[in-house]
Amino acid sequence: MAETTQIDTSEKARIGAPADQEKVAIDGFTEEGENLSPFNAGSEQHGLKKHSHGDAPVIPEASRGERLKSYKLADFAPLTGREEDWRFTPLKRLRGLHDQPLTGTGPEVRVSGASNIRVETVDRTDARVGTASIPEDRVAAAAWEAFTEATVVTIPAETEADCEVTIAITGTDETPAAQHLIIHAEKFSKAVVVLDHQGKTTLAQNVEMIIDDGAQLTVVSVQEWDDDAVHASSQQARIGRDARFKHVVVSLGGDLVRLTPSSRFTAPGSEVEMYGLYFADAGQHLEQRLLVDHAVPNCKSRVTYKGALQGQDAHTVWVGDVLIRKEAEGTDTYETNRNLLLTDGTRSDSVPNLEIETGLIEGAGHASATGRFDDEHLFYLMARGIDEKTARRLVVRGFLNEVIQQIKVPVLEERLTEAVERELAAGNL
Amino acid sequence: MSTLEIKDLFVSIETDQGTKQILKGVSLTINTGETHAIMGPNGSGKSTLASTIAGHPRYTVDSGSITLDGEDVLAMSVDRRARAGLFLAMQYPVEVPGVTMTNFLRTAKTALDGTAPSLRHWTKDVKEAMTQLRIDADFAQRNVNEGFSGGEKKRVEILQLELFKPRFAILDETDSGLDVDALKVVAEGVNREHSKGNMGTMLITHYTRILRYIKPDFVHVFIDGRIAEEGGSELADRLEDEGYDRFAVQDQTTAGA
Ligand SMILES: Nc1ncnc2c1ncn2[C@@H]1O[C@H](COP(=O)(O)OP(=O)(O)OP(=O)(O)O)[C@@H](O)[C@H]1O
Ligand SMILES: [Mg+2]
Repeated sequence: MAETTQIDTSEKARIGAPADQEKVAIDGFTEEGENLSPFNAGSEQHGLKKHSHGDAPVIPEASRGERLKSYKLADFAPLTGREEDWRFTPLKRLRGLHDQPLTGTGPEVRVSGASNIRVETVDRTDARVGTASIPEDRVAAAAWEAFTEATVVTIPAETEADCEVTIAITGTDETPAAQHLIIHAEKFSKAVVVLDHQGKTTLAQNVEMIIDDGAQLTVVSVQEWDDDAVHASSQQARIGRDARFKHVVVSLGGDLVRLTPSSRFTAPGSEVEMYGLYFADAGQHLEQRLLVDHAVPNCKSRVTYKGALQGQDAHTVWVGDVLIRKEAEGTDTYETNRNLLLTDGTRSDSVPNLEIETGLIEGAGHASATGRFDDEHLFYLMARGIDEKTARRLVVRGFLNEVIQQIKVPVLEERLTEAVERELAAGNL
Repeated sequence: MSTLEIKDLFVSIETDQGTKQILKGVSLTINTGETHAIMGPNGSGKSTLASTIAGHPRYTVDSGSITLDGEDVLAMSVDRRARAGLFLAMQYPVEVPGVTMTNFLRTAKTALDGTAPSLRHWTKDVKEAMTQLRIDADFAQRNVNEGFSGGEKKRVEILQLELFKPRFAILDETDSGLDVDALKVVAEGVNREHSKGNMGTMLITHYTRILRYIKPDFVHVFIDGRIAEEGGSELADRLEDEGYDRFAVQDQTTAGA
């Protein structure tokens, strides 16, 4: 069955607006676009609890493109939890990232791998600081004001990194801290960069990614923190002309991990792929809020996020904002989020938002589905001789593999496959 | 030769209104090489019998027994039953998220045989069986049953029957939802496997039309959780002409007595 749904509209339309705002109805769309997916339809037969929105009243915003951006913490009001972009986040568990000074030293940063790239430590006056990012929320702004040094990784022009670059980010203490990283892919360069987060931490992080004309950059951000880590990370990419950018999020470990990756097109002819994989265990909060900003013509974006949840109060959030501005004629975009609930007591929020300000586009669509692995699935597989443990693993592995395969760094793929196996084993599945 | 023996089986389910008795003393013996048709009106308990044999957790066996060559089937887990050689082609096969047909078939075959099939032969076997059942090659890459039409799901059940080679196949309304061409294709699949002489078949159906393609040795008429009448294939012909009304009347009389 075809899963793609294309919208073709000549009027400004907004799908998935906050619940208390007027919605523009488009045939075949619900707020979550969930009726688009056969996966979802199938699972609803088995009494699926639909993914829900936050319970608190929400402060609406007119358009995603008009959200406040500022380098100054004072410009952002203290958080109440009712803000559109914080309504799913348990602020109490941020461990002070939103209301305490970020005085810690933060995790150690160590860059290894390719030999033909440049690694520098610079202070905040460096000209490259602020070229790709402007904080869009209070925690990112707090991190911006607090960091003293930034690590800059540069892939020189017309250079292909001779192997993947690993930026190991290893935490050892829980004092709230700020961190700043810049990854700069110069013209016609090519590289794979892995951000490998491990250890203990309470971290507010800004990652700037600059993709110059004709460059091809893949950034994989792996969150394999210790169980009690808290991590808020704004990862913003500024994409030049005819460039290729691939961003992969893998969130497995940590008490609260909240990533806000964004891709901004600044010149035509570029393509972005954003993938995500998350696996939440009992009590974990894993959140990802994306933005793809089509501000120029003839760019293409694909977003695919998949999450598995198991255990009491495992909570995941996926919000996918795609903005197609008036100038962005010829845009081609599709975003999808799928979640698999492996046990009771889990909660998965999934909200695709598509804002379209021009009708002259190639295509735009979204899908969001939350399915449940239930007794009927288990019975079917077991009735074919497959034991219970193998049956559950078969389902989860199959589900998450689509994203793991995208990483294309064999060592890392292997490591993540093993990590997923460990998650499964830990949940007694 | 193997024997699947069902003796005086009583089965109930839990509903919102309390416990509901569905099977009320069913006895039936199937030997390798035999085809038994189970016919009966909606709600008479046919699927309940099939699911109970396969071990679906919803059904509680209150008394009676199911044995396979003397071994207690009811004591086995669902997967053990399958590995012992029981196969249920389901009336409503579920969609399994995240698992491709290819992966599923290979995993199941490995579980059933205890060793992984040789990749070269297996791929060839799967391709051939799919072609014979007129299942498009691209189904191999799709998730199990996901987005398949009713008829496609049924064909995929028979595909599994041919690949897994069970000792006893229970086909729960495999004919329903199939057009005439698909019905023929599916019946051919069952006959191909049956003709190898290593399989006993329990063919559950509401209608007689599939019996034109698959000849039963025995016909059992199910009414209200019991076998109301048994006979050879001629009984199916009578049902074709007379329907189940005769039994419904009889049943009411006994109920009222
Ligand atoms: N989960 C359930 N909850 C309530 N009643 C059920 C449930 N499953 C089965 N039943 C009831 O048990 C009885 C037997 O059902 P069963 O599915 O075995 O019948 P069947 O002969 O297979 O019917 P059909 O020809 O419609 O497939 C019916 O009255 C049915 O409504
Ligand atoms: Mg039935």
